[in-house]
Amino acid sequence: MAHIQLPKGLPGIRGPMVFSPETTKPLCDLVQVLLTGPHSLTPAEREMIATYVSSQNDCIYCQSCHGSTAAQHLGGSDADYDLIANMKQNYEAIAISAKMKALLAIAGQVQKGGKHVTGDDIARARREGATDKEIHDTVLIAAAFCMFNRYVDGLATWQPSEPEIYREIGMMTAQLGYVGRDYKKPLQAIAAKLDEVEV
Amino acid sequence: MAHIRLPEGIPGILGLMASSPETAKPLNALAEVLLRGPNSLSAADREMIATYVSSQNDCYFCQHAHGAVAAYRLNGDELLVDSVKANFEVAAVSEKLKALLAIAGKVQRGGKQVTNEDIARARHQGATDKEIHDTVLIAAAFCMYNRYVDGLATWAPTDPDLYRENGRRLADEGYVQSTAHLPAAQKECA
Repeated sequence: MAHIQLPKGLPGIRGPMVFSPETTKPLCDLVQVLLTGPHSLTPAEREMIATYVSSQNDCIYCQSCHGSTAAQHLGGSDADYDLIANMKQNYEAIAISAKMKALLAIAGQVQKGGKHVTGDDIARARREGATDKEIHDTVLIAAAFCMFNRYVDGLATWQPSEPEIYREIGMMTAQLGYVGRDYKKPLQAIAAKLDEVEV
Repeated sequence: MAHIRLPEGIPGILGLMASSPETAKPLNALAEVLLRGPNSLSAADREMIATYVSSQNDCYFCQHAHGAVAAYRLNGDELLVDSVKANFEVAAVSEKLKALLAIAGKVQRGGKQVTNEDIARARHQGATDKEIHDTVLIAAAFCMYNRYVDGLATWAPTDPDLYRENGRRLADEGYVQSTAHLPAAQKECA
């Protein structure tokens, strides 16, 4: 049970988002500018950074949502979902660019704490061609997910485990982005189960 | 030296915000609603939560910037801010704020560290759902701001007067305009 009274049937951050619309607006605006829109890093790459940090923070809801969104941006096949699962286990060993590996290393340091990022971490990213903006955005995405993960877990929100729920979230987010959505609307994958599960 | 090229002489998060206005906008809007929006918690109490979390994260710039806002709002009582950072349980603040600071300290370590007992203690001292929600989100947000500031190795000045002046400006003018006082030339060089 969540630590505060939240609307029923809304998983993860959606409960607090509907509970507190005045904070939801800047939170959505932030994630929209960080993860969507034109950028030298693809939306899939930026969602992977968000997913990796959320996984290091052990936030089930965030890593599942953003992992699914990343996989959908990559095409949505089982192989895409496998790539994301493998990235969480060991991103150094998967088929992504050397620049992405260097940026994920920086994100992993930010997750532990800002001061963990070393000159060597930055030098590695630059050697692989990362720009100032890419390094800046990697640090801010990682930092932002240290916030979102704590928000979701710190209020003990409901975090279902069914993969079809996260597949639906990933498909919608990859298509629609984060702003201007109706987060009160029940997910189809949850509405179908509302009679069976206590939410 | 910062990890990326930033405008010279602009400290902490202000240099980052001057160089990245598209992310500065929602970051400032979030701070504005959390720390200055209408709330049953005083602005001083909310700045105290931000200061305490920033101190637990060992972020020099943020703990001094927000500590200065809190002190300004408390008629300049910098000793009270220092006592909250040192040990809030024995500081001269309300029992409710102590319970909320305990929750904020758990959030700083990780969301899952917050226990039912932490929440029950806050409720026992009269905390509402909104106050608990806002405490968790303020603490979480400063785990972001602190990592942003330190993760890019920004410059943090040590002159207390600079933080006092910045604290007065943030308290009086707010966060949305937090970089408006910077000379245009400094912002443009970003």
